[in-house]
Amino acid sequence: MIKEMFLKKPKSLSEKEFTYCPGCHHGIVHRLIAEVIDELNIREKTIVVAPVGCSVFAYEFFYLDGTVAPHGRAPAVATGMKRALPDRIVFTYQGDGDLAAIGTAEIIHAANRGENITTIFINNAIYGMTGGQMAPTSLIGMKTTTTPYGRDPKKDGYPIHVCETLQNMKGVAYLERLTVSSPQEVIKAKKSIRKAFEAQINQIGFSLIEVLSTCPTNWGMTPVEAIKWLKENMVKEFPLGVFVDKTKGVN
Amino acid sequence: MSEKLMVKGTEAIAEAAIRAGCRNYFGYPITPQSELAEYMSRRLPQVGGTFLQAESEVAAVNMVYGAASTGKRVMTSTSSPGFSLMQEGISYIAAAQLPCVFVNVVRGGPGLGDIQPAQSDYFQATKGGGHGDYRLIVLAPSTLQEAVELTYLAFDLADEYRNPALILADGLMGQMMEPVEFPEFRDLKTLPKHEWALTGCNEREPNKVTSFNIDPYELEKMNKVYQEKYLRIIKKEKRWENYMTEDAEYLFVAYGTMARIIKTVVRKAREEGIKAGLFRPITLWPYPYEELHELSEKVGFVLTVEMSAGQMIEDVRLAVSGRTKVFFYGRTAGVIPTPNEVLEELKKKIGMVKV
Repeated sequence: MIKEMFLKKPKSLSEKEFTYCPGCHHGIVHRLIAEVIDELNIREKTIVVAPVGCSVFAYEFFYLDGTVAPHGRAPAVATGMKRALPDRIVFTYQGDGDLAAIGTAEIIHAANRGENITTIFINNAIYGMTGGQMAPTSLIGMKTTTTPYGRDPKKDGYPIHVCETLQNMKGVAYLERLTVSSPQEVIKAKKSIRKAFEAQINQIGFSLIEVLSTCPTNWGMTPVEAIKWLKENMVKEFPLGVFVDKTKGVN
Repeated sequence: MSEKLMVKGTEAIAEAAIRAGCRNYFGYPITPQSELAEYMSRRLPQVGGTFLQAESEVAAVNMVYGAASTGKRVMTSTSSPGFSLMQEGISYIAAAQLPCVFVNVVRGGPGLGDIQPAQSDYFQATKGGGHGDYRLIVLAPSTLQEAVELTYLAFDLADEYRNPALILADGLMGQMMEPVEFPEFRDLKTLPKHEWALTGCNEREPNKVTSFNIDPYELEKMNKVYQEKYLRIIKKEKRWENYMTEDAEYLFVAYGTMARIIKTVVRKAREEGIKAGLFRPITLWPYPYEELHELSEKVGFVLTVEMSAGQMIEDVRLAVSGRTKVFFYGRTAGVIPTPNEVLEELKKKIGMVKV
């Protein structure tokens, strides 16, 4: 029984092989989302909107109806879908460059409208697909290919805190920042992702899960070093926790 | 078609869209077409539709992408600067082959320009506008009645070819009032079913809507599909009007509002014994090159008149292919040429040619 649990692929994941680097957290998060969709029995009415970035292929990795949006526009695309088909489940999957730089306007307004969609936000503090440039969430002093001397707040600004920015918006139903950097955290993350989808199913508004994630390739670390760096640096800058939870008592 | 109603251009287009089965509208206010969004915000809830005021034209076009990918009829409307902002999304929509309808009520440009009527977005409308090899079906009405009919048609063409269609109007058409007859409401049940649409993969394999393929050979295959489709559209969907061209010695070429003014010029010229005629492209893409070419062989010269510094004239020259002289007259920035000034221009050109 245990053996079967570990080897079975969720129905909501396709047969396509992931294109992610070793030690990257995208794969873990994809699997958690797929398991939640399977368990909620919503696979046949769920639509995924992939971003531009490393997870651009996400629409193919999920065994779901799906599309890939222009860079940063996934919340607007998802809004159009949800308004046209209000009884379907629509979620976006976005990285930090996509969501917190080029797509800042779209995410803020989707959240503020209380758009009944779910966003899974992968924050690894760097642009992965384009080769390690500064992200809006890069830490102060962090060396990237466009901040070779380290991120300097005087000219590069400060890391953007997405959850803290969205938490006062009345349309937000569920908002949490977490990691998948240990087995315990993975189990917790799955429960939170489930809550976010349930918020949508129960039509109580916009839900977003921010996952602090590693990018060993562009951080120039081994996967193990990357997890250590995430725990010691990213969590300090981006505190974990539930920022908004309006799901209690709703069913 | 029975009731004749006095309506504003923007409202005529909006009502025609609803009658064509459009139940989803996403837009952002911009003069001179905000009344279209206002009309939709009143009217769509009455027919069970969705109106949403987006945070920008960038968001609006992507909402259109989302709604179109579910296979539902959807539209947006804007004016020149807003249409520029939509170009990224339009390129994606064309590449993902999503049917939807755009309305650009063109105003004076470039930049912020002004809010008066213009035709200076012709290049943007017909030659791409966004990145990549793609085409929009571009329909240019000349009267409000025609705007109604072309809007109705635009949704069917978009569905038939899985391609975005554009109504290219101008500030004059947007703001003027005219009596129009509306077509019947389309029964939503009779609208085409889209097997490719994203609706949730209930008892079927998942559908994917995408403009993306990392493999150049695969992406080239996608491009071939687009190009084959564009050829089909060129073969089947060209539309134009010949006005007093049978015996014409001098041929005007104009579209939209300008063509309407030129009809007056043609009549005035004929009153003075000058045999003028008008060739009016109704589809700006596909452009009726061959039809214009045939006509141009029979005339002394062609005079293209536009509310721009000269954009469609490039297609006119391609059509004429050196068979006769091609002249241009235009006003920019929202200034509308009057019939008299165009008539004077015609006479001047006749004088030049005779000398």
